[in-house]
Amino acid sequence: MNIENIVENITINIDGQDVSVPKGINIIEAVKVAGKGKEVPHYCYHPKLSISGNCRMCMVEMGMPMRDRATGEAVLDENGVQKIGWMPKPTIGCATNAAPGMHILTSSETVKETRNGITEFLLINHPLDCPICDQAGECRLQEFSAEHGRGYSRFIEDKNVKPKRTRLGPRVTLDDERCILCSRCVRFSKEIVDDDVLGFVDRGTYSTLTCFPGKELENNYSLNTVDICPVGALTSTDFRFKMRVWFLKRTHSICTESSVGANTEIWSREGKIYRITPRRNDSVNDTWMTDSGRELFKAIEAGDRLVDYTIDGVRQTSSETAAAAAGLLKAGKVAIVGSAHSSVEEQFYCKAIADRSEAAISLVSHYGDADGVLQSEDRTPNLRGALVNRLIDQLPSAHLEGLASEIESGAVDTLFVVNEDVTKCGISPTLLSKVKVIYIGTHANDVSQRAAVVIPSLSVFEKNGSFINLSFRLQRFKAAIPGPHGVISDFMILEHIAEALADEKIPSGSIDAAWEFIAASISQFDDALSWRGIPEEGVELDPSAFIELPFVETKNLKFDPMAFKDAQAIPAGV
Amino acid sequence: MEHQQHRLIFKHIDEPGYTNDIDCYLKHGGYEQLKKAVTMKPEDICADVLASGVRGRGGAGFPAGMKWKFLDRKSGKPIYLVCNADESEPGTFKDRQIMHQDPHQLIEGMMCSAFAIQAKLAFIYIRGEFFQGYKILERAIEEAREKNLLGEDILGSGYSCDIIVHRGAGAYICGEETGLIESLEGNRANPRIKPPYFPAALGLYQCPTIVNNVETLCDVKHVIDMGGKAFSEIGTPGNTGTRIWCVSGHVQKPGYYEFPCSAVTLGELIYDVCGGLKPGRKLKAVIPGGSSSKILRADERFTGKLKDGNEFDWGVEDIPMDFDSLAAVGSMSGSGGVIIMDDTTDMVEALANINYFYAHESCGQCTPCREGVPWMRKVTQRMVEGNAREEDADLLKNIADQIAGRTICAFGEAASWPVQSFIAKFKDEFVEKAREQAARRKDGKIAATATTLI
Repeated sequence: MNIENIVENITINIDGQDVSVPKGINIIEAVKVAGKGKEVPHYCYHPKLSISGNCRMCMVEMGMPMRDRATGEAVLDENGVQKIGWMPKPTIGCATNAAPGMHILTSSETVKETRNGITEFLLINHPLDCPICDQAGECRLQEFSAEHGRGYSRFIEDKNVKPKRTRLGPRVTLDDERCILCSRCVRFSKEIVDDDVLGFVDRGTYSTLTCFPGKELENNYSLNTVDICPVGALTSTDFRFKMRVWFLKRTHSICTESSVGANTEIWSREGKIYRITPRRNDSVNDTWMTDSGRELFKAIEAGDRLVDYTIDGVRQTSSETAAAAAGLLKAGKVAIVGSAHSSVEEQFYCKAIADRSEAAISLVSHYGDADGVLQSEDRTPNLRGALVNRLIDQLPSAHLEGLASEIESGAVDTLFVVNEDVTKCGISPTLLSKVKVIYIGTHANDVSQRAAVVIPSLSVFEKNGSFINLSFRLQRFKAAIPGPHGVISDFMILEHIAEALADEKIPSGSIDAAWEFIAASISQFDDALSWRGIPEEGVELDPSAFIELPFVETKNLKFDPMAFKDAQAIPAGV
Repeated sequence: MEHQQHRLIFKHIDEPGYTNDIDCYLKHGGYEQLKKAVTMKPEDICADVLASGVRGRGGAGFPAGMKWKFLDRKSGKPIYLVCNADESEPGTFKDRQIMHQDPHQLIEGMMCSAFAIQAKLAFIYIRGEFFQGYKILERAIEEAREKNLLGEDILGSGYSCDIIVHRGAGAYICGEETGLIESLEGNRANPRIKPPYFPAALGLYQCPTIVNNVETLCDVKHVIDMGGKAFSEIGTPGNTGTRIWCVSGHVQKPGYYEFPCSAVTLGELIYDVCGGLKPGRKLKAVIPGGSSSKILRADERFTGKLKDGNEFDWGVEDIPMDFDSLAAVGSMSGSGGVIIMDDTTDMVEALANINYFYAHESCGQCTPCREGVPWMRKVTQRMVEGNAREEDADLLKNIADQIAGRTICAFGEAASWPVQSFIAKFKDEFVEKAREQAARRKDGKIAATATTLI
């Protein structure tokens, strides 16, 4: 049910209160819209999947205003109020769509008793191994059992025995005894990823989730089944038994895997990231993300991580290093290799450095194959940021031939490289030795080893900032964990360098101060926009200045380049 | 008193010399109704079926004409007719006889119905275990096709429809109409949620579909034969046509007997038609409409008001055998499987047997049925194994109450009604069993585990 496309509102009655809800949404969503702390508990229903209606937890009492069958007139009670014809049996909220005048009871005795019964049934064959279960703390069955269960068991028979550690795929392990057969994972594989590999075998109480013979749950979205599993049946092979979820801090972030910019949540504790999960954004990624995007955090602990500010290989303070970099930039002709991996803020200061040292900026493209879901062709998170910041006005190419010939001809004295291994895109180590290199990046590579000045950079998990995704949506990410000791935010060190170049201080004590300046300078940003003011779902920017550029992204889950272009052609409000 | 059967559907069943080939069928006036039907207007046939009042013979007893009326004809999608020949309700054995002995009656009934609803294609979903029936039907269809009674341009009418016979893989749930449709599509027979998947609007391949029982479709042939009004005069208003009662259990002459609705009472059926109980036995209970219907206790009195306003006061033996009367006494005529139990029956074991069946057949899709029914089975199994507790009767009743009315399909009711009614009417036996077993355990005697359930 796509809520945003529904404009018409209707009035229904939930527990005696008239509420206005969008027409056509189901009762679970309607009760959510109505708010007031009410919730219809459910397991199998998922807003982004088809309705299955098998868990029976979302049962509510439903009634419609009575009308005389023959005449069609309203049937009134003695007070002149239209009578409500209540259905004799409770009905499932997920498959019942709100209709005008509908009456719903979400906590009547019948409903409570139904939920109590369903909870008891779900628990009789459940292993009740919460103390060793990874899902504990974020388990719907655990929560609803506490809320709707009876608290003791009447079941004295033997429980069913099912496989406990089934490998469904390289990243997912299944505990069949915990499975409540809600079929969310089956529907996800079929409907979202179009990789129909999961199904049930055996019948009745022996029904068991399994992969089709000879197949594995190995698509790049398999871990979403773990997210949507309402119990601890599907577990992440990587995360299982690592950490209790209630010890983990959640930080909102953005996936840097591709230009889609999936909204994510970083789960960390004491400076260590344990897992990344998707965060719902109906305009970007719904409630999904790729498996590969969830593993990006592992790179930050790699052994080749840059952690020291160095000048000619000697460790220095950050301010000395900034001064040295500025010195190099002043000393001769400068060329800059920027990055679409940098945040909007970093690109802004990079642009300032370029302007003040009269340097040309090149970017390198990182294109790959798209999967049509949430991994786009452009494997950088912020190419649009580079356009908006006017780092570039054309799309980058994969090779830096122009820059290479300039270096060859001696037209460049200092090369400022941001997080790019330029030796892999046309600037050979021999060429690099002809120039002084300033390198800013997260990991050591051939460039950092040859650089005169090396500035360690923070990863997306360690800093605050923002990216602009493929549909020109400005999205914010926050620091989840501290970076390596002594390493300051990239935009701050860039600002130090830029300041030294022009003796003019751009405010940059904090990201908020920087943003006052950024918002005023960039035409696509509203002047009043601040970093903190970027809403959770992001801000849609005006893409009209760039709409004719030949972007490489093709249609995926939420982005259709043709429709996007067409939408820009229509003036707002029509 | 001798009761004369009125055989309409079963006219030629077990008739000496009657064979299931097309020549024999034609010799007995077969396919005359189809010839008549294709000259009629389809909507006239539909109106006739509605006027006949013929109710579904599969179990629920929903008027067939009404079901056809719900058909979504505006969608522009093809309409399908499906014959539900997945006869598997314990105690029922009527459809098999039709398919084995008189397959052409079914085919004729189906083609008349298909023409009436203008179906593009018709299916017979036959129970997997009926392999013989499957072969007979395949042959009969071939015979009918050769004579242009189905297939392209039937009898020169311009209407084309074929029948495809599909064998089930042996699951009770495939008899549930949406489960059947799923199975026919090649999926697990998980019944669909209603709404939105009412077969008349979104059935087979998401197209409007009519699913009717074998006997119902045969009735259509007779409706065309005698006209809707004449058909409606068999039986009583609201309970028209004949019913085939499949009597099993502790009677002298179990078997199938066809009578007009209301023509016999339950007592007459047991004592006159089926030769009564075995010598020296007393009637204890009757399950009147297949194992899922609620049991009737022999010494019960039923009072109340019928649909037409008439008051009634019946003992078990006075109940007229029709849809409404059996519904009025709190049970149902279901699929017509009448199971008679005499005083040698251990009700706990009888219920354990029924529970075993339903626990085995639950499809496992929705929670209450998947978990609740096997739980009931485990409890009754434990009871017959000698570990009954006094509180088990109440527990069983409570589990059944938690299932009924909360499931996707009617299986939830089918599995809980026996439990609810057994406990309501024979609770003393359940408690007595528990006490007796407790006493045995106290005496150090080994619990009675002699009973084995199939």
